[in-house]
Amino acid sequence: MIYSDKVMDHFQNPRNVGVIPDADGVGQVGNPVCGDMMTFYIKVKDGRLADVKFQTFGCGAAIAVSSMVSEMAIGKTLDEAMEITNKLVAEELGGLPKNKLHCSNLGADALHAAIENYRERQKGAGKAAPAPADEHEHEGCACPYCDAPLDEPEAGYCRACRVELEECPACGGITKKGAACIHCGAPLKA
Amino acid sequence: MRKAYFDHIAATPLHPAALEAMLPYLKEAYGNPQSLHSAGQQAQAAVEAARDAVAGLIGAEAEEVYFTSSGSEANNLAVKGLAQAYQAKGRHLVVSAVEHLSVLNPVKSLEKLGFASTVVPVDRTGRVAPADVGKAIRPDTVLVSVMTANGEVGTLQPVAEIAKVCRDRDVLFHTDAVAAAGSIPLDVKALGVDALSLAGDQLYGPKGSAALFLKRGTRILPQIEGGVQENGRRAGTENVPAIVGLGKAAAIAGEEMEARTARLRPLRDRLLEGLPRLVDHVVVTGRPDERLPHHASFCVEFVEGEGMLLSLDLQGISVSSGSACTSKTLKASHVLLAMGLDHALAQGSLVFSLIDGTAAEDIDHLFQAFPPVIDRLRKMSPLYTQFLKERRS
Repeated sequence: MIYSDKVMDHFQNPRNVGVIPDADGVGQVGNPVCGDMMTFYIKVKDGRLADVKFQTFGCGAAIAVSSMVSEMAIGKTLDEAMEITNKLVAEELGGLPKNKLHCSNLGADALHAAIENYRERQKGAGKAAPAPADEHEHEGCACPYCDAPLDEPEAGYCRACRVELEECPACGGITKKGAACIHCGAPLKA
Repeated sequence: MRKAYFDHIAATPLHPAALEAMLPYLKEAYGNPQSLHSAGQQAQAAVEAARDAVAGLIGAEAEEVYFTSSGSEANNLAVKGLAQAYQAKGRHLVVSAVEHLSVLNPVKSLEKLGFASTVVPVDRTGRVAPADVGKAIRPDTVLVSVMTANGEVGTLQPVAEIAKVCRDRDVLFHTDAVAAAGSIPLDVKALGVDALSLAGDQLYGPKGSAALFLKRGTRILPQIEGGVQENGRRAGTENVPAIVGLGKAAAIAGEEMEARTARLRPLRDRLLEGLPRLVDHVVVTGRPDERLPHHASFCVEFVEGEGMLLSLDLQGISVSSGSACTSKTLKASHVLLAMGLDHALAQGSLVFSLIDGTAAEDIDHLFQAFPPVIDRLRKMSPLYTQFLKERRS
């Protein structure tokens, strides 16, 4: 099995799956093009997360991460919940395979998006619908590590998995900055 | 817990008779086939007997068979070796969009050396039209490579027709038959191919065994240079046990193919027809006919492949998927995308490939396990919730 026991437990018995029809905040990140999509629903009472529910389309890691994030978030104040980082989630799960780390990024991002959505509503923006999943054109500009679309390949940074990227001068492929090219193995200058 | 292995395309089990044949060459018969002493000559004889057997499986002459370490190596040798050997004639290659990466990536690296290529599209079932290959051929085309069968969707290509198109235009034709060899009858002369790749781990032989058929008189530039092994076309001390295992497995495949197909096809048909009836929004990928006899593939809407794969694995069921999450590179299958499936649907890819020994009870077990797995994952899926909401309104 490629996952830790804890990841498999959360995958098999995910906590807090579902929809909160009268949620105080909703956050959605990812899209099916990239392989993962998460929607988080929150209920807020006295400045704390009274309830968190989620739905996830994605791999075992994505489901486990969503479940872990929801468990970590319930009962926390909004500020505390905003401090849940992707790194913390991956640690709580006993680690994730390297090529699945971007899933943990999505989990915390989705929770934070729901909290931000709640705060906007509090500001009187009304019950705005959650931002729809991005419809990315996916032509030749995807991160080689997480497949997330890159806005500008020459910008050299994947926002989804937070890797610095550059174009390999030997083969022209997009690869991690300063390491050996993952496509052709050419050593790159740091 | 019942174990049901539906992942022929990843690796077949080693046939017990192939293992038996290999054992002496892992133990006492350790000679190097290039040695002139009797220990070497014993190994040499075993390698040549295996060459005969592999040739027999595909209707080739023994001296037209070259052993390699994997199907990928055979494909690399064919694509790079033929393109480089014939580049005086031209530097253009034609491949289909659904080729294995061991064909597509060598083409990419040849492009960096100044070659050009044309990728021929496939239809919704993953099939190449021979006329499209004809249109792609230019005066400077030296090689066309189109696979015999695709492992992900099972689709068989019209290899003989494509070979004829190439012959008429005086262009070499290679077919990657790794997914097909041993499972369907192949005759290199009747097909009219110049080169064909096959691999042992797809026909109940050992991993690390494979071969390239190269029609007599065809030039090729070796990709591994050194000694005179394999007639100077692939250097390196022969992997005698693997080659012997491949030979034995090829001989058995030739004898057993009809009986295996007769056993597996009805089970496969039950799977192909049964699964979409069992769960709604499950579509067959590839073709209902003209597909590998042991192969059934689907896309399950609103769920992602890895979740299904892990859930089925927990119930003892081994399958493959072409979803982005299941691939180490996190890219959705280029095969499904080339067939025009959208990304979300391609993420729900599920591939069942039966092995000899698959029983009706294995299909029963799968049919029992499958609906609750999909139901559970769909309940978690925002795409399914969205679908239900849209259907209500």
